[in-house]
Amino acid sequence: MLKEISITVNGQQHTLEVEPRLLLVHMIRELLNLTGTHIGCDTSSCGACTILLDGKSIKSCTVLAVQANGKSITTIEGVAQDGQLSPLQEGFKENHGLHCGFCTPGMILRATELLANNPNPTEEEIRWGIAGNLCRCTGYNNIVKAIQYAGAKIRGEELPSTEPEFV
Amino acid sequence: MGHSLKRKEDARFIQGKGRYVDDVKLPGMLYMDIVRSPYAYAKIKNINIDEAMKVPGVVAVVTGRDLEKYNLHWMPTLMSDTQMVLPTDTVMYQAQEVAAVIATSKYAARDGREAVRVEYEPMKPVIDPFKSLDPDAPVLRTDKEGKKDNHIWNWKVGDKEKTDDVFSKAEVVVKEQMHIPRIHVASIETCGCVADYDKVNNHLTMYMTTQAPHAIRTVIALVAGHVGLTEEKIRVISPDIGGGFGGKVPVYPGYVIAIAVSFLVGKPVKWIEDRSENLQADSFARDYHITAEMAGTKDGKILGTRFKILADHGYTDASANPSKFPTGMFSIATGSYDYDATYMECDAVYTNKPPGGVAYRCSFRVTEAVHAIERITDRFALEIGKDPAELRLQNFIKKEDFPWKSPTGWIYDSGDYHKGLLKAMDAVDYHQLRAEQAEKRKRGELMGIGLSTFTEVVGAGPSKDFDILGIKMFDSAEIRVHPTGKAIARFGTKSQGQGHETTYAQIIAEELGIPAENIAIEEGDTDTAPYGLGTYASRSTPTAGAAAAVAARKLRDKARKIAAYLLEVSEDDLEWEPGKFFVKGAPEKSKTIQEIVFASYTNHPPGMEAGFEATHYYDPPNLTFPSGAYICVVDIDKETGAIHVRRFVAIDDCGNIINPMIVQGQVHGGLTQGIAPAMYEELIYDEAGNILNGTFMDYLVPTAVESPKWETGHTVTPSPHHPIGAKGVGESPTVGAPPAIANAIVDALSPYGITHLDIPITPFKVWKALKEKGAI
Ligand code: FES
Ligand code: FES
Repeated sequence: MLKEISITVNGQQHTLEVEPRLLLVHMIRELLNLTGTHIGCDTSSCGACTILLDGKSIKSCTVLAVQANGKSITTIEGVAQDGQLSPLQEGFKENHGLHCGFCTPGMILRATELLANNPNPTEEEIRWGIAGNLCRCTGYNNIVKAIQYAGAKIRGEELPSTEPEFV
Repeated sequence: MGHSLKRKEDARFIQGKGRYVDDVKLPGMLYMDIVRSPYAYAKIKNINIDEAMKVPGVVAVVTGRDLEKYNLHWMPTLMSDTQMVLPTDTVMYQAQEVAAVIATSKYAARDGREAVRVEYEPMKPVIDPFKSLDPDAPVLRTDKEGKKDNHIWNWKVGDKEKTDDVFSKAEVVVKEQMHIPRIHVASIETCGCVADYDKVNNHLTMYMTTQAPHAIRTVIALVAGHVGLTEEKIRVISPDIGGGFGGKVPVYPGYVIAIAVSFLVGKPVKWIEDRSENLQADSFARDYHITAEMAGTKDGKILGTRFKILADHGYTDASANPSKFPTGMFSIATGSYDYDATYMECDAVYTNKPPGGVAYRCSFRVTEAVHAIERITDRFALEIGKDPAELRLQNFIKKEDFPWKSPTGWIYDSGDYHKGLLKAMDAVDYHQLRAEQAEKRKRGELMGIGLSTFTEVVGAGPSKDFDILGIKMFDSAEIRVHPTGKAIARFGTKSQGQGHETTYAQIIAEELGIPAENIAIEEGDTDTAPYGLGTYASRSTPTAGAAAAVAARKLRDKARKIAAYLLEVSEDDLEWEPGKFFVKGAPEKSKTIQEIVFASYTNHPPGMEAGFEATHYYDPPNLTFPSGAYICVVDIDKETGAIHVRRFVAIDDCGNIINPMIVQGQVHGGLTQGIAPAMYEELIYDEAGNILNGTFMDYLVPTAVESPKWETGHTVTPSPHHPIGAKGVGESPTVGAPPAIANAIVDALSPYGITHLDIPITPFKVWKALKEKGAI
């Protein structure tokens, strides 16, 4: 039995017929072909599937598509505005905050909410703030730096150096 | 070179435009899911697929008996052992593939999987490797004719007699039993594929998560050649890969089943494993039980080492080691120290666990070797009451003694171990830390300082020694420069996040003077890239990076000829500066590389081949030997055993550096994969062979909270035999970090008589050890 839902995705309205058991992440990836949202686990542990649901970061593998009915979501594809990278996208690129890039969309969306709630987090707040998102490649140092860089950019402050401290 | 160019690949990844295998969607594509065994060892009595076939959307259920008809139910492993694709009668480990369900959607395939009924007759498994050689242990590999026990191979190296003699006469001998746990790479992207067989053209396109696309193509041809899939009809495409670390080198049964099904039904078949399947069934790393011994003098001179190993390979030896090295490069276990007596021996055994012996950011057993030598060195220092840093400085191979022949036969290419360690000691203010520790000890507080001064061995490898299934371990680069002076270069390696699109472009830019942004890099398509053995074991820079430099130099030689022709001078009159040739003494008379390339298409010298292309297959003359000096400082809460890593300083020497930002990034990531097995990760089995932590809920991959803020730096000792003096770095931190952490923790606990703890060292282990020693 299919159920009709209506959902705003990256500013665009969609009406879809879905199985009630369909996970939101599968709706995004399979029905809307927005493949920037990734799947890294089956236990809600890794955060690769993180998106924004009405502005809040959620793990889209843990929400049913029908639960998003009438709501608005943002995926990584909707983060850059008019071809302009968001401060976080820029921060990740400038600070080598990614290697394989698989965790990156989830990290960026998680950090988007983190900075929205707390534009000037301490390093510890950042680390705890992204503790629901696993990265196997970067060792997190540069993800922290990327988020600090984005925070400075949002606050309109001077941007920290992006040179590696590798002497 | 030496410039932190921002990565070219990032633009797509930060905007959700990476293309990973699960993003591949083809018309008419079917989805595959796999039924897995709940038992570690059982006979399959019956597989009933009737209910499954009734599930809407299910089109087929494939079993071992189906594959047997095509002789596709077994396949070779990379170590020339054999592995089931699907079993016909016996399952050998929990979560082993038993049957595959094919359906029109992911959800239907999963429904079908739940509806397959399998009847098993469980048998008593062999789980403990120490019991696998008992006379009453069941012989697991009955498929191997004449096999009478669970022994796989015995390997030994070194001089036993001499070493035994050194040990019998030594003033001091120390010994510890160590276990290097079974761990899993757990790249955030799991493994998977889309097998697309085109019946009309008898052609297979295989999109898959592989670090070694060419080798895989050859393996597929070897396995499926007899049904008409010969190598020219196979195209392997390795799209963007979400982390590999060695876990994406082997051929897993899922790939082969997907190919077989696509071949039979003539439609594309997608198989993407989920995380739990990935942790429970894919090949594993480590699981070495090592007895390490060191002999020396009372004043700290190391005289000899002995290592005895029992290796648990699960039910098949699935290592991705070069053929001649059953223990990989464990023989690097003599370490960074100058002595000449060693003897090492390893026995490998079968157990009822998944295939073992692949990688975790180091597949060639260097991690195990380094852990053994670095731990036993600390143990020796503890025994004679000498500072472990001082002891290391006393025993290091000296800079002027390179190239240095190790007692196991490696020729270390270059190194400056003293410099690295002194730099690390300086960075942490070592002597101040020791003073602080002495103060704290008086108050009964637990603080530890741990060192690891390791020598790595990477860049496999010279063709005289290194091959996988007979294929030599060279690697390749092909550079084509277009008439307008922009280039594309293709490689037999495959980045999984290492940033090849940037570093390879930088190497070519350095050699040819074409800006890196005008050099496109392509990997991972066997139809276009030259043959190569792939990316693992930190081999890409040592092999393919070298190939890029040599291919670019071939082009520079051609450029010199064209420039001489255009400038009407002899080649000897020309001088090169990045980007142009000019006439000696008359720098205004010059030709830029772009002008030269254009001429190669429009006005090339008579008798010369037109165009501007070169290919090189680089066969390294030797391995490279990166090194590092790591220092870890921990504070331990005595009452709870909680361990806080206060500081971790890593000084790496990977020779000349192409892109410091990328090298540092590799070090950060490797360090987190070093603290992981040191403190958090281990796959645990119970006596019945049940895996106790086969999901991300309980297999503890470090988050940003567990991962310390790494402090990194470097020294540069170029490799004398590599074209650009680089050595490779990806694995060094994973290899070097665990003993530094373990040494720090044991150092903190040593006042209570604790001399060793096996990794992962958890708060509970610490607490228990303290309790046993009466410290709390
Ligand atoms: S896929 Fe891992 S948390 Fe959603
Ligand atoms: S960049 Fe690979 S998992 Fe984070």
